[in-house]
Amino acid sequence: MTLIVKKTTQLLAGIVFLYGIYVILHGHLTPGGGFAGGVIIAGSFILLILAFGSEFMNLTREETGTTLTENLAILAVLLIALAGMIVGARIFFDNWLPAGKVGELVSAGVIPLYNIFVGIEVAASILTIFLALVIFKEEITK
Amino acid sequence: MNPLIPLFIAVPLAGAFLTIILGRFLRDAGRYTGLLVLLCLAAVSIFAAATINGEVLAYKVGGWEPVNGIPIGIYMVMDNFTALVLCIINIVGFLALIYSVTYISQYTSENYFYSLFCLMVAGMNGVVLSGDLFNIFVFLEIASIASYALVAFGVEREQLEATFKYQVLGGLASLLILFGIGLIYWKAKTLNIADIKIAMGSNPDKIHYTVIQLLLLSGFGLKAAVIPFHAWLPDAHSSAPSPISAMLSGVLIKAAGIYVLIRIFFNMFIISSEIAVLITTLGALSMVIGVFLAIGQWDIKRLLAYHSISQMGYVILSVGIGMILLARGTKPEVATLAISGGIFHLINHAAFKSLLFLNAGAIEYRTGTRNLKEMGGLSGLMPATSSTSFIASMSISGIPPFNGFFSKLIIIIAAILGKFYLLALIAVIVSIITLASFLKFQRYAFYNKAVVGREQEIREVPFPMVFSMVILGLLCVLLSLLAIPQIRDMFLTPAIKVLTDPQLYTSTILGM
Repeated sequence: MTLIVKKTTQLLAGIVFLYGIYVILHGHLTPGGGFAGGVIIAGSFILLILAFGSEFMNLTREETGTTLTENLAILAVLLIALAGMIVGARIFFDNWLPAGKVGELVSAGVIPLYNIFVGIEVAASILTIFLALVIFKEEITK
Repeated sequence: MNPLIPLFIAVPLAGAFLTIILGRFLRDAGRYTGLLVLLCLAAVSIFAAATINGEVLAYKVGGWEPVNGIPIGIYMVMDNFTALVLCIINIVGFLALIYSVTYISQYTSENYFYSLFCLMVAGMNGVVLSGDLFNIFVFLEIASIASYALVAFGVEREQLEATFKYQVLGGLASLLILFGIGLIYWKAKTLNIADIKIAMGSNPDKIHYTVIQLLLLSGFGLKAAVIPFHAWLPDAHSSAPSPISAMLSGVLIKAAGIYVLIRIFFNMFIISSEIAVLITTLGALSMVIGVFLAIGQWDIKRLLAYHSISQMGYVILSVGIGMILLARGTKPEVATLAISGGIFHLINHAAFKSLLFLNAGAIEYRTGTRNLKEMGGLSGLMPATSSTSFIASMSISGIPPFNGFFSKLIIIIAAILGKFYLLALIAVIVSIITLASFLKFQRYAFYNKAVVGREQEIREVPFPMVFSMVILGLLCVLLSLLAIPQIRDMFLTPAIKVLTDPQLYTSTILGM
């Protein structure tokens, strides 16, 4: 890609990334949440890869990283759900943290935690799918 | 038992993700994680079946209590029928996984296999335990998508073609099921199975009700491979790796297809005689056409796959006879007998069909072929495989004292007592043709003249594979004990009671 595209993408990607984090963190207050925010975050990475080209980075190493992140994040969601069986009301998927005040950023118990980990999971898995397709294409052309 | 219910889903899911993480650092991580997970699940499911004692347990996920008597949260429901199917899934799964330890080492990226296997088991456990329709759909998709990937695990031409066919028809089934669920939600405003019965039961709109029943029947019929919907099964089940064929044929078509059909038609809909007659007809058709398609096959695994359709026909037929009698309101004790015969056959089929697929895998592992014409004289070379496959062949053909005899006997007796003489006659004839095709299998694979010049290469398969086959062979013999009235009263009768009693399931879950 040309220098103009690369420079614009560099400027934009950070803002897109920050917006994704905003959507995830406000998931329990405003529309959106883990899934929507995760897709936006993955979008910022995909933008960079598209602008700078696949030879810029080591694709297989990146793919290992995203797979690992994805599995760790979904495992964290499961562990938070299982923690509900040990503390509090001892029920699977129990909301075991204090609920807080309605409308504040730190409130709603464990729901923001679920949102954060679901966000990481969705971002990593969409990136994994994208990378897998790119790697597949590179292998075909070789 | 109650607090342990979510573990059936949480443990295999955790196993699936841990396998991938640990697999990056340790080469054999998947093998040990998978075995540990399935061992735990098998132990917990046996414990559940032994302690449930005819109760219906409802677990409210997240602790959401009903509001004004209307359930708002996700319910997991465990009763005797669920516990029996959970036992089938997890025990057969454990044995198939032991078998895979050596079998799968001929493929690359083993860890993905174990991860997908755990996901498939989690999906099936979820389908069986879920108390509302939408979660049944979600877990059905988890199990199906994992199985699509597992069928294609060898990435050969034949496997990719089979999995494509399987995905297209499986996707169509999911679409029909989702459409049916949407129509139910439109009218009933709820998705909880027990609550739908109350909401729809009072004044069902006749046409709307029938359309929903037909949509769900064809959707889950596709998953269960009942005869007009069977096209994907022979390809998918024969080209998958053998332990996966055993899981698909022995477990998946039951958990995702037959179990859900039985559950929704008995516990959610009010049984009408038209639908009952339709189900019985489909069962009889599957039974007859399946066996005629099977007898001409020379590929062992295709032959076994067609027999799955035929044997599932027996289950659907007997459950259908029970539904007809219940709808008429006559002879409730014969209806109970017919349904118990069907569920008994469901359990037996899981044991002998998965054993037969493991045998076929063992033969393929040593001889490298699935064609019956290219093998022969294996009985001396592979004694364990030969003897266990003999037990399984006799079970599926209904020869005493093996388990298949007793369940087929109960089905035929129930058909005669219910005055369905033609169906009883068909069941007997199909059983005889089954015997004929399995005698062909035995003769060509094990007792024919040996293939010249290959005796030195062929020997018995490694110990883990023999172990699984021998345990399943023992199960084939031991399961006939379920025919003894005292043991039947402990396991089968309470499971039938949940289905035939119109009030028990609904009132326990809604707490009325």
